[in-house]
Amino acid sequence: MSKARNSIFRTGFVHVALIAYTLVSLFPVFLTIVNSFKDRNAIFRAPLMIPTPQTFSLIGYETVLGQGDFATYFQNSFIVTIVSIALVLLFGAMAAFALSEYRFRGNTVMGLYLAIGIMIPIRLGTVAILQGMVAANLVNTLTALILVYTAQGLPLAIFILSEFMRTVSDDLKNAGRIDGLSEYAIFFRLVLPLVRPAMATVAVFTMIPIWNDLWFPLILAPAEATKTVTLGSQIFIGQFVTNWNAVLAALSLAILPVLVLYVIFSRQLIRGITAGAVK
Amino acid sequence: MSDALSVQDGQPTARRPKRWHILVFLLPAFLIYSAVMILPLIETLRLSLFNTVDGQPAFVGLANFQTLFGDERWAHDFWNALKNNVIFFIIHMCVQNPIGVALAAMLSIPKLRFVTFYRTAIFLPTLLSFVIVGFIWKLILSPIWGVAPGMLDLVGLKTLFAPWLGKPGSALIAVSLISVWQYVGIPMMLIYAALLNIPDEVIEAAECDGVTGWSQFWKIKLPLILPAIGIISILTFVGNFNAFDLIYTVQGALAGPDGSTDILGTLLYRTFFGFQLQLGDRSMGATIATVMFLIILAGVSLYLFVIQRRMRRYQF
Repeated sequence: MSKARNSIFRTGFVHVALIAYTLVSLFPVFLTIVNSFKDRNAIFRAPLMIPTPQTFSLIGYETVLGQGDFATYFQNSFIVTIVSIALVLLFGAMAAFALSEYRFRGNTVMGLYLAIGIMIPIRLGTVAILQGMVAANLVNTLTALILVYTAQGLPLAIFILSEFMRTVSDDLKNAGRIDGLSEYAIFFRLVLPLVRPAMATVAVFTMIPIWNDLWFPLILAPAEATKTVTLGSQIFIGQFVTNWNAVLAALSLAILPVLVLYVIFSRQLIRGITAGAVK
Repeated sequence: MSDALSVQDGQPTARRPKRWHILVFLLPAFLIYSAVMILPLIETLRLSLFNTVDGQPAFVGLANFQTLFGDERWAHDFWNALKNNVIFFIIHMCVQNPIGVALAAMLSIPKLRFVTFYRTAIFLPTLLSFVIVGFIWKLILSPIWGVAPGMLDLVGLKTLFAPWLGKPGSALIAVSLISVWQYVGIPMMLIYAALLNIPDEVIEAAECDGVTGWSQFWKIKLPLILPAIGIISILTFVGNFNAFDLIYTVQGALAGPDGSTDILGTLLYRTFFGFQLQLGDRSMGATIATVMFLIILAGVSLYLFVIQRRMRRYQF
């Protein structure tokens, strides 16, 4: 009896603690979005109140969309992110297939070589990357960013995908070989469809650091035409620092795509982390 | 016809044909990875041994490192950044990871309701960009807006409020805690996964022996998730000694006030790229990047060759 009551008490305590921490993690986001829809007076007078018909205002969004070239920034971010993910998935899966399927001399060495990048951050090579991009005339192009992000994403992608590809049954592949499929057809038509869940996980893992990166856009592509959303909002906010409506609206706009993607992919992401991360 | 088949077809005396498809599969990833990541990394390490002498690039041996550690101005900046970086890391280890473990332990209680909601909400900040996180917290902690003092007032602690980000004594702690707020989701998820992987039989056996609650966590679960704690420690280490974005968005490239939040990443940025009156210096930038590389390499090697080997792993 006392044990049951004890357990109810403990569950209650756990919920209180978790709710408290959930509030801590959601509060800043909530605060930003709510205040972006209010007029300037209301932002300062009652920051914690939700907008009422009297205080509702879209002036911040009007400023942002009128001043900043956010359509271009979004377009740049989308192009860079999507092309990089596509390249990481394609090249990563191909390399992972080669490493997990065939026995050849240097297999282990190649695996280790490709794994260096999991632990050593690509940023440390920035000095020479910039030099190389200048030499190749790629500074201020989206291509430079795509190349860097592809290289950055490949090591982890290869590592995760080759773990998954080892689980694809050999009988299936050998059956394909007996039916006369080429090795390429086996990869594209048999193996790739089977590792699709793993590909989705890798895609989400690859996407987050690319979308949020500030370092490489700042150094490799700071021109107006190639700014990404992250860099664009950083600079926009820097210029409009006293215009709180505009700053809050810009922040909300930058949060929005991440929120949408998270809602779509959260199950995939969490399953990916909980399935394969700790081995 | 595939090469594998032709081998199976017979001709055991013939040399095994070159399996070109392996090369085709490996080549794109190998080329991009080598050209954009490994070669620049090696080139950066090499550049740290060169400097411009009389307008000509010249091999100077370890002279750049001598400048970095010996020259009064450089050494001051460097040791300051390194010290701050170490504090930054210690705060993460002492705040972020214990909170992550605690949250994961609570989430993994069997039959707890709303787990998905809590998990999703607590992980959300990790996905936001540094720009968003930095500016939101700058606004919240700003004395002008008054959200932070207002909320402290609600619980009667208004006198505790100070413009934390603006004071040299507290700025680094404030920035570190913002970073902790953002990243607590990662240790939480990894530990949560490790806790879920503990087989039910182990827990049931513990319960039969009367080990429950707290002592069950300390004596049974914690030893089993030590490998996961090792992984989050090394991830935190690499992430912290490579950090830049959050400091840059909250405190600017000068990492003020008075360099009190300067870490290696911001020092590298200022040195390499230049800022305001300071001109960019490629060689010294490469030198700092090399030192960062050595620090990260030392940490990763320590983890791989010492900690991970000694850690006892349990096979279920």
